[in-house]
Amino acid sequence: MHVLILGANSDMAQALARKFAQAERAHLTLASRDLELLAKQARDLEIRFQIKARPLYFDATDFPSHAGFYHSLAPKPDLVILAFGYLGDQKRAQEDFGEARRIISINFTGAVSILEIIAQDFEVRGHGGIIGISSVAGERGRQSNYIYGAAKGALSLYLGGLRNRLHPRGVRVLTVLPGFVATKMTEHLDLPEKLLATPAEVAEDVYRAYTRGKEKVYTKGLWKWIMWIIKAIPEKLFKRLKL
Amino acid sequence: MKLSGWGRYPVIDSQTQSFASLAELHRCLAVAGDLIVHAMGRSYGDSALHDRVLLSRRFNKILDFEPQTGTVTCEAGVTLADLLEAFLPRGWLLPVIPGTKFISVGGAIASDIHGKNHHREGCFSECLQALDLLLPNGEMKRMSRKENRHLFQATCGGMGLTGIITTAALRLRPIRSACIRETRQRCANLQEVFQLFEANPEPTYSVAWIDCLSSGERLGRSILMLGEHAESGPLRLPPPRSLGIPLELPSFVLNKHSVALFNHLYYHGKPDLVAGRLTPLEDFFFPLDRIGHWNRMYGRRGFTQYQLVLPQESSLAGITEILQRTSASGLGSFLGVLKLFGPANDNLLSFPMRGYTLAIDFKIEKRLFPFLEELDRVVLDHGGRLYLTKDVRMSRETFCQSYPRWEEFAALRERLGLQEKFNSRQSRRLGV
Ligand SMILES: Cc1cc2nc3c(=O)[nH]c(=O)nc-3n(C[C@H](O)[C@H](O)[C@H](O)COP(=O)(O)OP(=O)(O)OC[C@H]3O[C@@H](n4cnc5c(N)ncnc54)[C@H](O)[C@@H]3O)c2cc1C
Ligand SMILES: NC(=O)c1ccc[n+]([C@@H]2O[C@H](COP(=O)([O-])OP(=O)(O)OC[C@H]3O[C@@H](n4cnc5c(N)ncnc54)[C@H](OP(=O)(O)O)[C@@H]3O)[C@@H](O)[C@H]2O)c1
Repeated sequence: MHVLILGANSDMAQALARKFAQAERAHLTLASRDLELLAKQARDLEIRFQIKARPLYFDATDFPSHAGFYHSLAPKPDLVILAFGYLGDQKRAQEDFGEARRIISINFTGAVSILEIIAQDFEVRGHGGIIGISSVAGERGRQSNYIYGAAKGALSLYLGGLRNRLHPRGVRVLTVLPGFVATKMTEHLDLPEKLLATPAEVAEDVYRAYTRGKEKVYTKGLWKWIMWIIKAIPEKLFKRLKL
Repeated sequence: MKLSGWGRYPVIDSQTQSFASLAELHRCLAVAGDLIVHAMGRSYGDSALHDRVLLSRRFNKILDFEPQTGTVTCEAGVTLADLLEAFLPRGWLLPVIPGTKFISVGGAIASDIHGKNHHREGCFSECLQALDLLLPNGEMKRMSRKENRHLFQATCGGMGLTGIITTAALRLRPIRSACIRETRQRCANLQEVFQLFEANPEPTYSVAWIDCLSSGERLGRSILMLGEHAESGPLRLPPPRSLGIPLELPSFVLNKHSVALFNHLYYHGKPDLVAGRLTPLEDFFFPLDRIGHWNRMYGRRGFTQYQLVLPQESSLAGITEILQRTSASGLGSFLGVLKLFGPANDNLLSFPMRGYTLAIDFKIEKRLFPFLEELDRVVLDHGGRLYLTKDVRMSRETFCQSYPRWEEFAALRERLGLQEKFNSRQSRRLGV
């Protein structure tokens, strides 16, 4: 099995790379911007799991490069994991459209640009799987991170549509909805220990959902219920909350 | 963020920063102010705590492996669990293994950890071929027993106070099976377990679980566990299933009675003698790893582990007194572990010396620290010392009296400007 990981330097992506290398003996293409880190990770995975891993430059916001990037891949992947993302700074994004645009183009536009190219190929081949990492932040707009949330919400909708489109061709799309995960993205935040997953736990949950052919997975699982409650709060009340 | 060691005491507010590359690490180091590395946080006390800490857990890549010699080169944040997972199926094992696999290579070096085979193999530094250390001025120094020897001897066991360990080259040892042939034996009291330890210098692994609450005739009754690598068998075993302790249990679970009950059950639940049973390696080495966060069992206030070593000549008298005082105090402990160490090495602050080591857990409570001061007195009177990686409260006087090379260590720290850059709560308390 060949797995292409987009945003492979993400801490969750690294845990997923290990999981797929270990459980599926998958060969990996690790695509992201920091090539030095990628090369180190690739070597590490090869030593640990005796598989092949190679680093490749990929920038989610360099849209024109995406077609060339994907077409140069040989062999083509059996599974694509889309992990890149950017939390950004909500306050700054309110004042500086540059930041808002960055949040939107990394989390949403970049994903659309590359996944459309991949979907095309998978659709033709009638083969392939896509795991897209979105976020529970995309499930309800909150003052503390609604620009990131909106981008992730759009990504979730997009992944749903893609799943619908590709289903008849036997191509599976799994939407991952992490809650809080202890990665470099959230390192500066004080998050409640009981709701915080490690990247390795996320990888376990995602792998299980993938092998069971699920459409959507919350991780930790508890978030399913938390979001169920949060989504149930009427907007009339919700708008008064400080969330 | 909120940070603590394995004992969950103390919990401090700390500014944390992680690094995944040397470039990031250099940037972290360049920021003014002192700091300490916090790795897997399995040290019990405050050795990995400070107002500002660098988290090494993302600096966790294996860089090289030579299958001919079993030499692995890795970054300091790689865990022993990683090394087991990668190399055990290929027949390679770390020569020194502690009671949990969830520690980092950096932590293993900084505490110069020991395993159940200390009497045969010594400390972790024995399997260390070389390491790279980042000094305050940004200089990277390679060291080994041959190169920069003094700094090497200060770094192994140096509790992160000599600089940041970045990479290490470790020599694994070949094994033929992922099982241990285990023998268990009941010992009616301390004298008996001592005799058995001394009559069994041959087995590679030896350790005893000791009941710290019984007294009189039965003081120190224990179960001695001896282990040897099985000669053949599978190298790949199904992973042990984990149980979790989801929330902090209220501390009443650990009152005197339940602890006594636990010890009693544990002791009487075992047959007198199990000879040559095959036990999966991970169950033999890491019985507690199966219970996820068992440290939460001690409740909100946390706990500490008191681990001492006494010279062999004074061990019987000293440990008898420690056990008597402990059981009389009613401060109860869940778990006592006893082992006979081999000789000390020549690292500046390594803990082991030839003699018996005893480790007892104590829940944090008001009466505890004055009581432990009393135990310190007993330890000092018998020429022993406490393990820094478990310590959260020892006084500067106790430390200086029991670690004879502390001045050499402090002088080296001063000479290399380490005192301005690397400090922990512990180093401040101990004044090194
Ligand atoms: C269940 C359990 C069983 C244990 N059994 C044993 C045992 O059998 N034998 C034994 O010897 N110990 C044992 N220990 C203790 C443990 O092995 C040590 O405390 C070890 O140092 C923990 O490593 P860590 O990665 O968690 O480091 P931390 O606890 O995060 O840090 C420990 C020390 O290492 C320093 N350090 C860590 N990484 C670096 C680095 N890269 N550069 C410089 N300094 C660094 C820190 O600054 C700190 O001083 C046990 C602990 C537990 C929880
Ligand atoms: N952490 C959480 O609590 C959490 C919660 C919910 C959802 N998520 C989402 O889960 C995913 C993984 O998160 P994480 O926490 O593991 O992230 P992370 O460790 O912060 O890593 C994000 C990675 O995204 C890559 N990236 C950023 N911009 C890119 C671009 N333009 N092109 C290519 N790669 C780019 C970066 O790679 P380089 O280093 O190579 O630049 C970076 O390593 C993200 O989509 C995130 O939004 C995270």
